[in-house]
Order: sequence, then C-alpha cells, then structure tokens
Amino acid sequence: MLRALFSGDYPRSRVLMVLLVLVFVALLLAPFLFPGTRPLNVAAKICIFIVLVASYDLLLGYAGIVSFAHTMFYGIGGYGIGLALYGLGPSWGAIGVGFVLALALTAVLSALIGLFSLRVRAIFFAMITLAVASAFLILASQLSGFTGGEDGRSFRAPTVLQPGFRLFDGEIFGVAISGRIITYYLVFFAALALFLFLLRVVNSPFGRVLQAIRENDFRAEALGYRTVVYRTLANVLAALVATMAGALMAIWLRYTGPDTMLSFSIMIDILLMVVIGGMGTLYGAVIGVVILVLAQNYLQALMGGVSKALVGVPLLPDLLHPDRWVLWLGVLFVLSVYFFPTGIVGRLRQRR
Amino acid sequence: MNNIRALPTATPPAPVLETRDLTIRFGGHTAVNTVSCAFSPGHLTAIVGPNGAGKTTYFNLMSGQLKANEGQVLLRGDDITTLSAPSRTRRGIGRAFQLTNLFPNLTVHENVRLAVQSRARVGLDIFTLWSRRRDLIDEADELLRSITLLDRRDALASALPHGDQRKLEVAILLALDPDVLMFDEPTAGMSVDEVPVILDLIHGIKARGDKTVLLVEHKMDVVRSLADRIVVLHNGYLVADGDPAEVMASPIVQDAYLGMGLADHV
Repeated sequence: MLRALFSGDYPRSRVLMVLLVLVFVALLLAPFLFPGTRPLNVAAKICIFIVLVASYDLLLGYAGIVSFAHTMFYGIGGYGIGLALYGLGPSWGAIGVGFVLALALTAVLSALIGLFSLRVRAIFFAMITLAVASAFLILASQLSGFTGGEDGRSFRAPTVLQPGFRLFDGEIFGVAISGRIITYYLVFFAALALFLFLLRVVNSPFGRVLQAIRENDFRAEALGYRTVVYRTLANVLAALVATMAGALMAIWLRYTGPDTMLSFSIMIDILLMVVIGGMGTLYGAVIGVVILVLAQNYLQALMGGVSKALVGVPLLPDLLHPDRWVLWLGVLFVLSVYFFPTGIVGRLRQRR
Repeated sequence: MNNIRALPTATPPAPVLETRDLTIRFGGHTAVNTVSCAFSPGHLTAIVGPNGAGKTTYFNLMSGQLKANEGQVLLRGDDITTLSAPSRTRRGIGRAFQLTNLFPNLTVHENVRLAVQSRARVGLDIFTLWSRRRDLIDEADELLRSITLLDRRDALASALPHGDQRKLEVAILLALDPDVLMFDEPTAGMSVDEVPVILDLIHGIKARGDKTVLLVEHKMDVVRSLADRIVVLHNGYLVADGDPAEVMASPIVQDAYLGMGLADHV
C-alpha cells in the first residue's frame, strides 16, 4: 500500500523523513493549527508550489531539460480557470470548461515546442521557451479586453468555495468550516494527488528512460529509445501538471493576472526552489518550496524584530533592516548552493 | 580452429544486412567509398584495416549514427538508409561502441536493465513501477552473471575499471538480443586474462547460428579465432572480402598491413 502510494521511492534519510512528515501534518491541519487568513494563504501557496516545482523537477532534474516556459503553462491554467469563471459566471461547469480548454492548449503548445526544438541542442530549447513565454506574457497583458490586461481578472468561485459559505453551523476545534477551508482542502488533496502522480512517473519505466537520456542521450538512442519522443512527452507531462497548479492557484486566489501567474520572477522562484531543495529528487521540491515561501513571507518580519532588538548596536540594525530581506535571501541561496550542490535533499541522503 | 572457420552451409542463407555502394563524405574526405557487402546469419565477419580506413564509420552508417550521402543500407531487404539509430535498433541492429559509452551515473544493473526494458518495449509506460517488472530485473541480473559482473551490480558504471566497463558494454548489446550484433573492438584496452570472457561470449553467439555478427578488430589472434570471413577496408574502399586465410594471404592486404607493422601477425 505505502509502496504503491510512494512508488517505492522513499525519502531515504531519517531527517528528511521527519521534515516531510512535519510539513505534511502542518499542511493537513493548517486551517486548525494556524487560523487566520495569512497563514492559510501561505499554506495554500506551499501546496500549489510543491506541485509546480515538482513538475519542473521532472523536466530539469530527471530529463535534464532547461525550460523557461514553466510559468507560461502555470499561467495558462490560471487564466483558463479565471477567464472561464469571469466570463461564464461562478459554476463548476465554468471551472470544467476552463480547465479542459487550458489543458488542451497546454498539451498542444508544449508538444509543438518540444517537437520543434527538443531534437536540437539544449540551449536552443531554452531560448525558444524564453521567447514563447515572453510573447505569452505580453499577449496576456496587452489583450486587456479579454484578459483584463495588467490588472487581471477578479471573479467569484462557485457557492461552496465562497468565503461566506458554511458547511454546517457548528465549529470544529473553534474553526467554522467556511468555503475558504473547503477550497483549501480541495487545493491540498489535489496537490497531494499530483505530487504522488509525479512520484509514480519518475519511478516508472518512462522515468528511468528520462534519466538515461539525461545521462547519455547518444547511448539511449543506440538502445532504441527515441529521445525526441521521450523528451517531448516529459515536456508535455510537466506542462500539464503546471497548468493544473495554475488552475488551483486561480481557484484559491479568485483572481488571475500577469504578475501572479506569468511573471518571470515566478520562474526564478521555481528555479531557486528546485536547486535549493535538490534536483532530481522530487522531495527536494517540498523542502525548497517550504523554505522559500516561508522566507518570502516571514523573513521580513523576523528581520524587523531582530533589527529593533539590536537598536544601539552599530551597523547591525541597518544590515538587518526588513528592506534588506532580498539581500539575505540571496546570501542564503549562494550559501546553500555552495555547501549543498546536490540540494538539501541530496545532502541529507549522503549523510545517511 | 579449422572447424570454426568452416562455413556452416554450402549455399549461404539470404543476407540479413546489406550495403550497396555506401558512401559518406566529410568535407572533401570520403571516409567510406562505394562499399557493397552483405552479411548473413550464422556468420561472423571481421572488418579489418589500418587506422582511418573507415571501419567505425562503416559501422556507424549501418547502425544509424551517421547517414550516408549515397548508397543504401538494407535490412532483410528493406531499405533502412534514412531510418534513425533508435529505429534501426528496434528492428534488430545492435551496436557496441569502441569508446566505452555507458550511463556513467547509473548503476551497472540499471545500464543493462535499460537495454532489456527497451527490447521489452515498455519505455513509454508511466504508470507501472519499474521495480514491479521483476522479469526485466532478473534478466539483467542473468546477463551480468554471464559476464561475471553480478557482484558489482549496484556500483555506478563510472566506478568500474576499464575492462569491466568493456564487459558491461557487451552485456548491454546482448540485452538488446538483436539479430545483428556489431562489436567495435570489444577487447580494446582489456587485460589479457579478461579477454577470454568476451571471446567466449562472442563465440557462443556465433555458435547459435541465427545471429549475424560483425566485428571490427585490430588483434589478429582474435580475428583468427572468431572470424569465418574477413572484409578489408582501406582508405574507405572495400579491398578484399572472403575466407580468412585467403584474404590474409592476398597481396593487397599484405601491402596495406605492412605499413602498420602487422604483417608478421597475419
């Protein structure tokens, strides 16, 4: 049972195991452990980004493909749900239509990009994805009649998912079961299922071939594996999962816009998370996302507190001023890449 | 030795692999020039010639790593000249490489299992666990046993000594169970006591009688012990083809090999 669920790919490090269980329990019970709007937002973002980053790890860590279009597919999911709910009104039917259309567009686009550019050198594929993603970002912000332009679109979710909805009158552990909490659990279980699906993919015969191609594509061809087919399929799979992550994000935020769905700063976040967590492990996505999302949300506050406490000490309060948080995030990144070239998960597994 | 050299049948069976006027040019240099040759099951053909004669290039043209400028490659009568390397492998042309060409950061076992898996055509399955295919795992183990590498199955391929890497290269080819097996200097760089393992394996394949074996080899003692036909390439041309003793005695071969100082081995 466990083996089937985890696809026989266990954390393989006691520390990592403990961390993963902690993250899982915290996310599972987030609405009750951390009541309030902001913590729940952070928890939902972690769930969604774990899926997004893990799907990118399938590309980068397992197949060795560098793509800059991952946010584009994420955005397609976000805009698919967003524009459908905006245009058709808040219904499950609209979500279904938006979801299916987004997946179809992603499948076609990712297959085309893959077939055109994955037969040639890796750098060419990276450049193509960069170009297509830029074009898509510009389209989304310029077609303002359709997409809402730079402002994006706010929309209403189906009744069950609206914040005002109550599943029943009572409370559980002092928390009313609102539409918000129902939405959170939709996000949580969808993310869990998608993560386990990715774990299955990388431990399937297909996933094994991807690693072989990453190691030596010339040899993989000589074994009879058509590398273009495998790479393209990996690209399509990763893109489809990213689209689903985008759809979840749109449902959670009840908003879609270029900055939250398509911007290149998201792409950079994804890269940081994969590298810090550990490429080619999938579990690295969990660790990388948790660290970075927590840092993005709480590092500033933490630094503010420390900075105030150090008033009077020369230089330190200025260095630790909350406005410098990106600097410290950068330092954190450089240090982690320097000391853990295989990522945190890779390092933890070596220790065992 | 004589019984090995004797041809199994009086009338040669229909060729499995054939090249017709095969030619490839790199810039102004014609590496393989109008080479026509046919290879039949149950035979082991050694392709010999001095360095730069075009032996490995000829191999690459047949197994698909290179595409010919002119001429044709036929497999069981079908024109496969334009097919990619993976398509040719799937049709039964297996290839081992001269420069060891493995998956360095995968285990020894995984190197072989990937080849077994390719032949089983399950590579596109994304739902089954690889570890559920016990049959593929066991078959890979069996092959590792046959080349005496089973005790190193969990080591990384890059951690093996050179001789073991050459053995692994051969095991990967065997795992594909192709109709045509192409060995490119399988014993190059091996220590003397390791060579017999490989030679026995190749000899065993030939003895089965249903496989077509092609061998590029410099060592004349290896050629003599295995080959029942020798094809000589020189400057991209096929200059001699036939029974080993006759070919080796022919003036053109003596000429070609004198320059290499190999004549005394012939």
